[in-house]
Amino acid sequence: MKLEPISGHYTRLVFENKEHRLYFEEAGQGIPLLCLHTAGSDGRQYRAVLNDTEVTRNFRVIAFDMPWHGKSSPPAGWQKEDYRLTIESYTALIMSVVRALELERPVVMGCSIGGRVVLNLAIEHARELRALIGLQSAAYLERYYDAGWLDHPEVHGGRVCGALAYGLVSPLSPAAERWETVWHYMQGGPGVFRGDLHFYQGAGGDVREKIRSIDTKLCPLYLLTGEYDYSATPRDTEAAAARIRGARVTIMKGLGHFPMSENPPAFLGYLRPVLDEIRKET
Amino acid sequence: MIERLPELVNTDPAIVRWGRGMNEVFLLQSGEEQFLLTVRDGKIEKLEKGPFVMRSWTFAIRASKEAWEKHWQSPPPPGWHDLFALLRTGNVVIEGDLQPLMAYLMYLKLVLAAPRKA
Repeated sequence: MKLEPISGHYTRLVFENKEHRLYFEEAGQGIPLLCLHTAGSDGRQYRAVLNDTEVTRNFRVIAFDMPWHGKSSPPAGWQKEDYRLTIESYTALIMSVVRALELERPVVMGCSIGGRVVLNLAIEHARELRALIGLQSAAYLERYYDAGWLDHPEVHGGRVCGALAYGLVSPLSPAAERWETVWHYMQGGPGVFRGDLHFYQGAGGDVREKIRSIDTKLCPLYLLTGEYDYSATPRDTEAAAARIRGARVTIMKGLGHFPMSENPPAFLGYLRPVLDEIRKET
Repeated sequence: MIERLPELVNTDPAIVRWGRGMNEVFLLQSGEEQFLLTVRDGKIEKLEKGPFVMRSWTFAIRASKEAWEKHWQSPPPPGWHDLFALLRTGNVVIEGDLQPLMAYLMYLKLVLAAPRKA
């Protein structure tokens, strides 16, 4: 039997006055690299990073499932409320995980909603972090469809969330990885993807002005964006970077909205040099 | 190319399965040309070419001829590769009863992209 070098654990986390049962996976040793999944998905998106010995030789890679996602539970009483992610709750969650796992100045890498919140971490927590990597980072996204359909009794949530994710994958990505990425979306709980988009789409998550205060000397910021993403487009990332002195942008050819999950070999080709640079310079 | 959709879809079980249970008539427009597609349990049972007088449909998907041509390139260029990519850029208009469209969104995306394999 050949086992992957990934181990999974549950932990209890008190955050915003509620107790959460949180699941995370980790592999490797060295500099902590905390990975944030996209809206409506879970930490399995980072399976290839966790399995990459070139990364895990020098980095302790950790991917947690946000509450309500993957194998993490929603808090007790979830049935009485709508899940709604905010920039404040998401930022507090990440820093709670950093403290609970006693991660010393970790690198934080997030994709999509994670790519957005990385910008907020750069604004509010730069001194506590070694470096930040935003995948598919945009400072703002105007609503272009009604997310109410993602949580509608007459539309199968798994099917519609999967269909949304399907289109955001690059048509050049391998079919197996593309459909695995879609599958994770199909397994989300009702209203969870929509609740994440509450943060991502619209005014609450708009950091276009605030990002001007980011000091990349305190904490280097790398922005990597796939060219096939129409949600956080290369143009959106470049617009954000134009407001942040020292932000380092890479447009990833042939990749879509889920680079780490939809095409691991191509993504790792972009990620490894960034991690090398972080290791040598910070 | 739209005329070939019944053949491209109905012979591909990997597409038909996503339309299981779908029984709708929808309008597909390419520039000035209009088509009505009758879907029965995931197969395109009938394709009619307009112009139409007083015909009902459940939902309509309209885009320019150029937009569909880019969508059907293999591989399609970034920003033209998905129905919702076209929606984000304002290159497609979707109207009518959106419930069946969203319920069968995966099927419709696969149907609309089927010309890529032609």
